[in-house]
This record gives sequence, C-alpha cells and structure tokens, in this order.
Amino acid sequence: MSDTSVLVEDDEEIGRRRRPPWEEQPTKVGLTAKGVILGIALLAILFPLWIVVVTSLSDAETISRAGGLVVWPDGFSLAAYRELLSGGQVARSMVIAVGITVVGTVFSMTISVLAAYGLSRMGSLWHRPLLMTLLATMFFGGAGLIPSYLLIQTLGLMNSYAALILPMAVNVFNILVLRAFFMNVGQEIVDSARIDGAGEFRILWGIVLPLSRAVLAVISLFYAVGYWSNWFNGFIYIQDQEKLPLQNVLQQIVIEGERPAGMAQVIGTGQIPSLAVQTAVMVLALLPVAVLSPFVQRHFKKGMLIGAVKG
Amino acid sequence: MSNSTVSRAATEPDPEPERPPVRGRVPRPRSRSRRRGDPRLRGGVTFRHRLRRDRFLILMTLPCIAALLVFAYIPIAGNVIAFQYFSPYAGDGFFESMANSAWVGLEQFDRMINDSYFWDALQNTLVFSALQLVFFFPVPIALAILINSILHSKVRAWAQAVLYLPHFFSWVLVITVFQQILGGAGLVAQSLRDNGWDDGFDLMTDPGFFKFLITFQVIWKDAGWGIIVFLAALSTINQELYESAAVDGAGRWRRIWHITLPALRPVIALLLVLQVGNMLTVGMEQFMIQRTAVGPGAAEVLDTYVWNTGIQNGQFSYAAAIGIVKGVFSLLLVLAANRVAHAMGEQGVYKRS
Repeated sequence: MSDTSVLVEDDEEIGRRRRPPWEEQPTKVGLTAKGVILGIALLAILFPLWIVVVTSLSDAETISRAGGLVVWPDGFSLAAYRELLSGGQVARSMVIAVGITVVGTVFSMTISVLAAYGLSRMGSLWHRPLLMTLLATMFFGGAGLIPSYLLIQTLGLMNSYAALILPMAVNVFNILVLRAFFMNVGQEIVDSARIDGAGEFRILWGIVLPLSRAVLAVISLFYAVGYWSNWFNGFIYIQDQEKLPLQNVLQQIVIEGERPAGMAQVIGTGQIPSLAVQTAVMVLALLPVAVLSPFVQRHFKKGMLIGAVKG
Repeated sequence: MSNSTVSRAATEPDPEPERPPVRGRVPRPRSRSRRRGDPRLRGGVTFRHRLRRDRFLILMTLPCIAALLVFAYIPIAGNVIAFQYFSPYAGDGFFESMANSAWVGLEQFDRMINDSYFWDALQNTLVFSALQLVFFFPVPIALAILINSILHSKVRAWAQAVLYLPHFFSWVLVITVFQQILGGAGLVAQSLRDNGWDDGFDLMTDPGFFKFLITFQVIWKDAGWGIIVFLAALSTINQELYESAAVDGAGRWRRIWHITLPALRPVIALLLVLQVGNMLTVGMEQFMIQRTAVGPGAAEVLDTYVWNTGIQNGQFSYAAAIGIVKGVFSLLLVLAANRVAHAMGEQGVYKRS
C-alpha cells in the first residue's frame, strides 16, 4: 500500500513539529484570536458537561438555591447516585446496557476479525464475490426499516435482548478498516509462519492480531459505543419497561420527565424527577464513553485514514 | 459442518508446506490446458487446490456473510412488499404473509405522489440537509486548519481529546444536554428568570427554531470528529511547498489559500459527494426523540415518516415504497455528485473508469 507513509501516530507527529525558521513569528492579535476561537469551541463542549456533573453531585438545597442547574459546586451529595444505583429501573437498565455492550462487542469483533482476515488475501478463492457481498450492502442498505422490523418479528426476536444485538452486529465499514490493517501486516512474517506449518487460525491469532492491537482497540471502541449509545432498537423492538436499556430510560426520565419506576419518594416530591436525578442518569450514560475514548484516541487518525482511503 | 472441518484439521498434517501459497494476481501460464479453456484451471492452480488452500479463509468469512444475508439482504429483498397490499395477518410470519398478500404493482407509489404529508416530509428533509451543508460542513475544515497550526503539543492533544468526545455520546444524551441548557427549565431560561425576564424561554419546543436547533446539535456532536480526516490529509502536505511559498513572499493566509486548501480539495470533494448522497437521510434518532416536543409538522422527515406510517400505523407496503424511493434517489444523488466531482477534476468516491 502506497499510502502507509502518512500513517504516523499522532503523538510522534506532534513531537516532531517545530516552527520552521522561515515562518513568521505569530502576531499577538493572531495568537489571541486563535486562543479565543479554540477556547469557545472547547467551552461549548465542556461547560454543559460541567454543569451536568456538578448538578448531579449537589445536594437538594444547593440546587434549589441555584434555582435549577448548579454552575459552581457547593454542597456535595451522592444522594442521587445512591438512589439510582440502589436498585430499581435505572440500575437494571444499566446492567442491561453493560451486558448488551459486552456481549455484542465480543460477538461483533469475533465475526469482523474472522471476516476481515478471511478477505485479507488478494487472489484467494472466491475473494472477489465474497468481498462484493460485503460492499454491496453499503450501497443498498438503509432502505430496509420496514422489512427489518417484520423480520425481527418473524424470527421471534421481538422484546428480546438479541434484537438489540443481532441487527447491528456487523458493520461493513469496520470490517474494511480491519482488513486494510491485516493486509498491511508484513507478509514475510506470515509467509515464514506458513512455511513452519502454521494454519490460518494460528497465523491470525499468533501473528496478525498481536500486531494489530491499535486498530483492534479502535474498532472495539466503535462497536462498544454503537451498542452502548443505541436508542433506536430499544425503542422499536423492546416493549417491556423492565427490558429497556439505559439510553431509553434516560430519554424517558429527562426528556419525557417520567419518574423512574421503583424509585423511593425520597428525592423530590412531585411527579417530575428531581434535577439531581436527571443529571445523574445523564452522567451514568456518558461516563463509560468519556472514560474509554481518550485511551483509544491516539489511534483514531490511523484507523480513520485507512478506512477513508480503502472504504 | 464447521466442527468436522476443524477436527479434521487437527488430526491431519497441514497441506500448506508442500505448496507455497499464491498471492496477488498471478499471470496465467500459457499452458495447453489454458488455451483449451479448461475451467478448472485458474492462475495455474486447479480449483481443487485453491479450495484446499483457501478453505479456512472462506470458512472465516462465513459467519459474517451469514449475518449479512439475514440482517441486510433479506430486508433489502423484503422491500418487494412495496408492490403489494402487504398484510401481516395473511400468513404465519413475514415470508408466508408476503406470499399470501396481493400484488398491486405501482399503486403504493401512486399514492405517494398524491400524499401531501410525504411531500412535507421530503421538504423538511431537504431543508435540514441544506442547512447542514451550509452551516455544518465548513466547520470541521476550519477547525482542522486551526488545530493544525497549533505547535504546542500538549494543547493540541488536549484540544483534540475534547473535540472528539461528543461524537461518542448517544443522541439521547446530546439532546438531554441541550435540554438542560436551552430547555424551559434549562440554564439560559434560569438566568433570564434571575434577571427579571420571565418570558417562558424554551428553544427545545419552538417549531420555528427547530431546524437551527437540529443543526446546532449536529455541529456540537460531530464537528470535532469531522476534523480527523482533514488532519490526516494535512499531515501529508510536503512542508517544502510552504517553505518555497514563504521564500517567494507568500504570507500566512496566502499559504493557506494556495497550498493548504488545494491539498484538502480531494477530501473535501469526497465528503461533499457523500454528504449529497445522504441528503435524504438526516439523523433519525434526533428527530424521533424530539418529535413530541416540537410536533410532527416541524420534525417530520422521510425516515420518521417511514416509521410513522409503517410501524405506527401498520401501512407496511406504503412505508416500504417510501423507503425504496428514498434509497434509489440517494444512490442517484451519489452518482450525480460523483459525476460533478469528476468534471471538476476530483476523484470522488470511486475512480472514473
């Protein structure tokens, strides 16, 4: 592949950057303008998250004194979290969401890695027709909501956790990214392993996968975020309130303003869940992705570029 | 089936070492059998040999192919119900019902042409798409150039980490965040109240503002993520170009105009083509979730209309017809946009053959 030379890891590239001698020194106005624009962009993302987190950690008195959302932390209280996680619907929906995410990601990665490796050798038998079978879905997909719904019904998956996993188990784009990486693994190592008598599964497990850790992390994150963040499948396929995953419960509590079932009346007295509860559910929904994605972040560019070039 | 193959592999010596594998496009030898057109011979290796050599590779792709057949190809084929009066009660399950439902030709499409709600949904969809094209599309490009100009590595890494973050949030979460800021009980309304303006500020339920709200949400969520592909393109620019331009007296802005932007051109063209191809698809979850707040008049787009007529009201055939039309037009849009990209000398999604 000719485009491998550009696939520099982000931090290496940053480390090498210096202001070249021919470049003008930055003007004060320019620097300030740059700082202001970047500052606004970062604040627009961080400030809403800040007030959500702070409000969820505030006690009832602070919230009522602020007249709503809390900007400056004052009285600290974990009451909302204790309430939510001590059982009841939010806790259950979180367990469901974690379960779906873990099972789904393992399932998706297994299928995707096998398919990506199986398609990674140009000129292997039926290579082209098999690859076309994958690619064609990218052109014709997206027009099948109604038949998909009827299919899920016919398969008896309605109201089952499988309906939250199976329809989104395979992502062709992710497979193409994996495949591009596997094709890039040094063929000399693979060839010598084959001469030593290693079979395909052995080569995949022992050589190719350990060399592709970065892309495996990125694609796993993509799949995991897909499962964790999916609201739509829960919305159309799950009817039982107790089986809903976290995103759907979050929508009911914050947007519809419904009280979560099984919650004691300690927090707030009215029908609308208190702000502390609402924001605490939001924090629970954003926590896993906010914690995980920075670790994988430095590999993003590498993965995305190959995907863009090859896909 | 897979069980037997795997156990056989465990007991039998691997056949691989005897015949080194053939990779890539091997020129076919001009053997006698080739000239006779022996169908068993491909690349000088018999079909039997290739099957034996590649059987594990084929086996590995089967789970994925099976999943795609069931959850992608069957739904695509299932769209034929658009040419029926499909009744889910006509039989036991989807396929039997389909077999028992009456065929009506293009009647559903006829109905669509005369359905004013369909045209409203289409119009809404195009308005949302156009707004995104104008307001969303340039933001990642500008942000990428800005980030790229930051030399301080720590600042750069942190800025990127923060900018990527919202992409990983679910739509529900993004909308709830907006609700907490711009909603009737949100931060803006709250500070307005504190300052004595109690005018019931609530942008989340305002149908007139909805198209801008949607656009803001898209920018908030994905503008940061969009910079990745531009940053990748920027890192490929030959630095000597900048140097020689500087020596020739080009200032900072002229260098951006004459070197940076032209270097980004292929990526911009590619993304524009894809964006145009997605004109008829605007984030479905975003609209479904906010539909009740602003009313279907403002929030109905093609995707939600399909869901509403099909799954909510049980008019499966009609909804499938809308889905087909949407899919076909999206494909045509990609092809047309790609043509334009070619005419402008860009590569687009696929190469000109």
